[in-house]
Amino acid sequence: MWTIAAKELRSLFLSPLAWSILGVLQFIFAWVFAVLVHWFLQPDIQANLANHPDGPGLTEIVVGNLLDWMAIVLLLVVPLLTMRLFSEEKRSKTLPLLLSAPISMTSIVLGKYLGLMGFFFIMLLILMLMPLSLLLGGTLDFGQVAAGLLGVTLLLAAFSAIGLFISTLTAYPTVAAISTFGTLLLLRILDWAENTGEQTGVLTYLSMTQHYQSLLHGLFDSQDVVYYLLVIALFLILSIHRLTMERI
Amino acid sequence: MNPDILISVHNLWRYYGHFCAVREVNFEVKRGQILGFLGPNGAGKSTTMQMITGNLAPTIGQITVGGQDLFENPIEAKSQLGYLPEHPPLYQEMQVIEFLKFCAKLHRVPRPQIPQALERAMEHCGLSHVGKRLIGNLSKGYQQRVGIAQAIIHTPSVVILDEPTIGLDPIQIREIRNLISKIGAEHSVILSTHILPEVQAVCNQVQIINQGQLILNDTIQGLLTQMKTTQLIIGLRHPPELTELLQVDGIEEVEQVDSTHFRIRHAAEHSPAEQLVEQSVTAHWGLFELIPEKRSLEQVFVDLTQAEEPHTTDLINKEAA
Repeated sequence: MWTIAAKELRSLFLSPLAWSILGVLQFIFAWVFAVLVHWFLQPDIQANLANHPDGPGLTEIVVGNLLDWMAIVLLLVVPLLTMRLFSEEKRSKTLPLLLSAPISMTSIVLGKYLGLMGFFFIMLLILMLMPLSLLLGGTLDFGQVAAGLLGVTLLLAAFSAIGLFISTLTAYPTVAAISTFGTLLLLRILDWAENTGEQTGVLTYLSMTQHYQSLLHGLFDSQDVVYYLLVIALFLILSIHRLTMERI
Repeated sequence: MNPDILISVHNLWRYYGHFCAVREVNFEVKRGQILGFLGPNGAGKSTTMQMITGNLAPTIGQITVGGQDLFENPIEAKSQLGYLPEHPPLYQEMQVIEFLKFCAKLHRVPRPQIPQALERAMEHCGLSHVGKRLIGNLSKGYQQRVGIAQAIIHTPSVVILDEPTIGLDPIQIREIRNLISKIGAEHSVILSTHILPEVQAVCNQVQIINQGQLILNDTIQGLLTQMKTTQLIIGLRHPPELTELLQVDGIEEVEQVDSTHFRIRHAAEHSPAEQLVEQSVTAHWGLFELIPEKRSLEQVFVDLTQAEEPHTTDLINKEAA
């Protein structure tokens, strides 16, 4: 399992795709970050905030908004990285190498998944350096930053599990990418249909947005965490099942 | 259980939808055998190999590798296998060494033994000088060799090669055949091909599969006796009438090739060569050439695969009825 994970991570960095994604994301978030900090420092905003003792602080405005943006951009980025997990193996006919090796299907799927998560972890680490730089001139609410980080990690993990499953369905990486993107976008806007009243229904529960928002605001609700863990487990099990059934 | 039987396949069937690709295949591979798996295109060679290596589940049937059932203990069974599929499974973006190291880890070669295993496999396959190159930049022949190296890196007891020499130039084909004989000395090899001389060159056991059924399972010696002489070509300077030739004991049929050459068909167990020589001396036919004509493996193959066809249609009719 770890062999596959390590190989997956290595081959990600061997491809220009991973580097360009890291570069582009870094640039975009640097821009967003700079704009947010600039906005926060404007005299009228400062004056406004000073008048509201329980108004949003630096963490909420800069880190919260930054992570919110990240969720949208990741919606686009995750399909690009998950598409190659199994589709590419199928297309270049390398899957028999893994299937005839003495490893279980579970290890193959988990290995690939963990490899990709390793990449995302590195990516998050680099991106989080920016908000941490605020410590040079201010203070951060670490509880809220940690909750936000947990949220973004869980969101990424759930996105990746869905993308991994979809890439087991097809031998065309682009088809996998566009289907993953569609599915993720749908999951994000699923709650719009119920945007009518106070009470929230099953669609809102299924939608990813709500669960993410509360973590961004520093609200750790085990219900939200369980939601993400369920999504991850469901799609990983489906992937294992799908690959096993393919042999029959 | 006989420890020398490395692979045993029992009553193997495989359907793709309604199409039956493999029907009732049974065979065993013993230690030290190089088994040639022959058959025309679409006969079920690759399907059988995919099933033995666990890439495809059989519809019915039992497969054991080194005494381990492939479906009950897949991990133990697979650890004794090395497999080169029809399309070598190579990651184009990796270096040869890097790729082989990954394969060694995948097959659980203990970490301290990996450098040794790498060196041995690369030397065997003549890859030592391309270790640092990207697989994607190698020629087809070298990629094929990397594929073979990948299959033997963990010294499996059975190596399964699906058409290993396809698309190679004649020199590379010879090198790969030498390599297969070398591997066969240490491991058992199952080799699928539709190139007949290849079987004659490297294998010591032959199996022919046609339309999903095994129609022959014999040693190469057994097959060679099947190729026994039944024809003679003779050259006569003053040939007699054809009817006169036909009267020689043992001759069944005479065919005139040109004005001085005749093709003579005779019974397999009784060659008329001696008689012909004596007759030609006494009757002054002026014999100057006498060549026994061997049935080639190709002929045996064609005879077997085509003779079986009515038989299989019979079977299908019986099943339908």
